Order: sequence, then structure tokens, then C-alpha cells
Amino acid sequence: MPGLEDLYREIILDHYRNPRNRGELETPPATRTEGFNPLCGDEIVVYLDLDDAGVVGDIRIGGTGCSISQSSASMMSAAVKGKTISEIEALTHAFKAMMSIHESSLDTDGESGEDLPSELPEGVKLGDLEALRGVVKFPVRIKCATLAWNTLAEGIGQATADT
Amino acid sequence: MSAATSLDRLDVARIKADFPLLQQEIKGLPIRFLDSAASSQKPQVVIDAMTTYYETINANVHRGVYAIAEAATNALEASRVRVGRFIGAPNPETEVIFTKNATESLNLVAQSWGRANLGPGDAVLLTQLEHHANIVPWFQLQAEKGFEIRWIPLTPDAQLDLTDLDTLLDGVKIVALTAMSNVTGTLTPVQDLTRRAHDAGALVCLDACQYVPHLTTDLGDMGVDFAAFSGHKMLGPTGIGVLWGREELLDAMPTFLGGGGMILNVTLDGFVPAALPAKFEAGTPPIAEIIGLHAAVDYLDGLGMDLVREHEVSITAYAMRSLTERFGDALTIHGPAEPAMRGGVLSMAMDGIHPHDLSQVLDEHAVCVRPGHHCAKPLMKVLGVGATARASFYVYNDTDDVDALADALADAQSFFTF
Repeated sequence: MPGLEDLYREIILDHYRNPRNRGELETPPATRTEGFNPLCGDEIVVYLDLDDAGVVGDIRIGGTGCSISQSSASMMSAAVKGKTISEIEALTHAFKAMMSIHESSLDTDGESGEDLPSELPEGVKLGDLEALRGVVKFPVRIKCATLAWNTLAEGIGQATADT
Repeated sequence: MSAATSLDRLDVARIKADFPLLQQEIKGLPIRFLDSAASSQKPQVVIDAMTTYYETINANVHRGVYAIAEAATNALEASRVRVGRFIGAPNPETEVIFTKNATESLNLVAQSWGRANLGPGDAVLLTQLEHHANIVPWFQLQAEKGFEIRWIPLTPDAQLDLTDLDTLLDGVKIVALTAMSNVTGTLTPVQDLTRRAHDAGALVCLDACQYVPHLTTDLGDMGVDFAAFSGHKMLGPTGIGVLWGREELLDAMPTFLGGGGMILNVTLDGFVPAALPAKFEAGTPPIAEIIGLHAAVDYLDGLGMDLVREHEVSITAYAMRSLTERFGDALTIHGPAEPAMRGGVLSMAMDGIHPHDLSQVLDEHAVCVRPGHHCAKPLMKVLGVGATARASFYVYNDTDDVDALADALADAQSFFTF
């Protein structure tokens, strides 16, 4: 099946079969944020434990979805643990740039419509997340890949608003 | 490619030839269109009818005194009567309202009839099979009017569980139900339920979107009070829907959308609405689409709705049998087990493969199915799934399409086998 290997890379299927950081966290202190993909019915829950310094102490993922949304969530959870909010923002922007999403559509308060730089900012490593690059060739699935990230951004907003 | 086995009296090979879209290849493979429950393909005669309108009699309706304007008006009104006859409407000239789609038709009932007749202490009865189009308009109105919304539950095989119907009907003013589920294909006992609803003093508003395209429809016989359906699911164009309602109800209802065409008189002090059906048809209607719908109804009647139904039962039975034989317990098909109890809609769950991933692999085989919640999230919850992959059949589908679906499912299974 030509093309499908671009989408379903082995590492994606590995995260789908063996999702990292699956589960729940006690709320509070953690926050719980739900995300929905209204097109396909995928639902994701992000439990986020931010410490006083704004570092992700712990994160857990719940919900159901396709291999792309679930693996993206799994990889994201592994990538953001121990990171500061600003590091996560840089990573989120880098990931969405890979998904070919313009800065202005990342956040509702985005002020510029320019393309994101294709070069990653210094110190930002996508690691396993690079495996999701093939999703761009299947535009319908981009929303699957970004669902967890949008939910995380909402969760961070919720957690920082609470403190 | 092997010749498709003929299962029934419908000449599917000949029918397929009438649909230009089905002649093309996708990724070098013949297209296997199995998503007619979302929107059907259009035969050449429907496309031609719309083109001919634009090329020969394009003019606004109900206004001009010149020849082509009169011809356009006549063509529109002829379609109204034709569509009305197709669904067994007792008074097609006044009771068939053209809308944008079934969603608008159902919103019309909620916003016009509902707004005038529902308040605190009243109840609306829905079923857990409903499409969002027959749920959300009632929620919208409930927020304003404060009535109660109740639900008819389902049996494990997704049929209506009418055990507590008498209790559920107490205080209900309208029952809004689907004639056939767009997810499980469940056919509901419309006639029986309508009789019991009427006995309890409630009206019945039927979502007939998945019924009218596939089964002989006699609204007079069913006894319902309103019925809604869309042209694009019955070989007709998008942008045209129908609301049928009993004349005395429509007459008594307040207007819905306001504007040109729906008035008898307008002064500085207000307006007087036009008589039916114009009363509910504000603005220039989708004339070409209405004419296209006429051609679609002619085409379906030419095939014979009894043969259409016979074909869909046989291809559904063939699909359920062959898929079950091939995949056993690895494949779940939601809904009634007996093909005669359902329409040609198969919502599938394949062990270990999310519907979205399944549909992606099927696309590589040019097999078009629909993954997702099918605008029926409450039903998804009852079925205990977030989504399904849905294959749906129509007059142009044959056993080759089903076999291609089965091969593609097998490929998905081997691709995702852990």
C-alpha cells in the first residue's frame, strides 16, 4: 500500500500499542482538560500537574482515538514531562510548524499570519515526534495529530489561571 | 474484475452506467462508493435536468410574466406535486415545503410549531437513535422554553425499547423520531409508535432522511404529523430539502424565516403571511435543485421503490454474511442482526483498529466509507464506542463493491496486526 507507510511509521504504531503516561492524576492538584475532534469523535483528556516553578511535574493522558491522535498524545506526554511552560510553548510551535499550521491559527490571540520558521529554535528537539511528519501528506489527519497539543495548551491556560 | 453476482431483480450494472462519477478510477482502481447514507451519487438525468433549467428557462419564480419565468415556476410547482406524490402526501400542493435540507426542515418544526406550543410542564420525546439534526433544535428551544426532553432507550441490538413507552409519553406534546437510523440502519416501528403517541395526545415529527430514499414511503399511511428529508441522499442535488406537514398544523403555525415570497402584504405597521406553502418559503428558492429533485424522484420511481428495497436487503444480507464469515468475531456490525429489520447501513468496528485508521486503509483501495460519530454522539455513547466505520449501500452498489470492501478490511487487518 503505497503512502500508508509514510503515515503509519513504526514508532507511531509503537506509541499507539504502548501509550506512555496513560491514566489519570488526582484533581486538584492536577488539572483535567478535555479535547474533542468534532469530525471523528476522538476525545482526549489531559491531566496536568504544574509545580510552582511552572514545570510539568507529571502528565497523564486519557480518552480514545485513532492511532495518530493517540500516538501524538503519547509522544507529547513524554516530551513535555519536566519541561517549563516556555519550553513547551516552543515545542508546540515547532510541532505545529511541522504540521504546516500557521502561527496565526495556533492561538486565538495570534497576531501574525506569517509562516513559522522551518528551522527549529535552539534547544528544541522534536525527537520521536518527527515520525508524525508524514501526517502532512494526509491533510484530513492533521487535526488528529494536533488534538493533544491543543488540549495541552488549554490545560496550561487552566492551570496557570488557577494559581 | 469478476462480474458481480446478481442477487435480485434490480439491474445494477445498467444502473451504475447512469452515474458518471462511478465510471472513474481512484488510484488506478474502480471507485467503490459506500457512503450513500452521507450523500448519494447523482445519475446523469439529474445533472441534465439542472443544466437544462439553466440553459433554457433560468428565471426567478412566482414573479415574472414572461414565458421562461412562467416555465420555471411551473417546473418548480410540478416538482412539489411530484415529490408529494412520491411520499404519499395527501395534499402535495400545500403540504410540501421546500427547504435547504432536512436539518432546516426539523429546525422549522422546532422553531415554529415548538415555539408556539411548548413551555414549562411539557415534554418532548426523542429516541437514542437520533441524528444531531433531530436533537440540537430541541435543546436550543428547551433553553428558551424550559420544557423537558425525554429519551426512548434502546435494546442491545439498537432497536427502540418501548417497554416504558406509556410512562415516557405522559405529558409529551411531540415525539421526534427517526424512521431509520443513519448509524445502525435500525428501522423503527413508526406506524405503531405514531398511533400510541396520538393516543397520548402527542404529535409525531419524523426524520425520514434515511427512509424516503430507500423504502416506499406513504406518509398518510404512517400517520405522522411532520416528516423531513433531504434531496441529496436520494440521488438528487444538495441544497434542497423537504418538510411535509399536515395542512391544518402548518396553517396554524407561525412563520419561520421572513422575507420576500412568504408574505401576502407588508405595510409600515407589519406583514400578513402568504398562504401555504409560500408562507414557509422565504427568498428565492433553489430552483435548479428543486427541478433536479424531480428528476431524481422520477429515476427512483422508474426503478421501483419495492425493487430498490429488495436490492438493499439482499446486498446487506450478502455483506453481513460474507463479512461475518471472513472476519468472525474480529468484526462487529452494530444494530439489528436480521437484514430485513434494517436499512443498508453497516456500522463496523474492527478489533484493535480505530475506525479512522480503518477508513484510511480502505481509501488506499478506493473504498469510500465514513469514519466518525455520524452526527449521533448520544447513540455512540449507548453503543459504547467513540466512532464507527460505516459502509452504506444504494441502488448502484453490487457484490463487487462488497467484495472490495472485504479485501480492503483484510488488508487493514494485516497492516495493523500487532
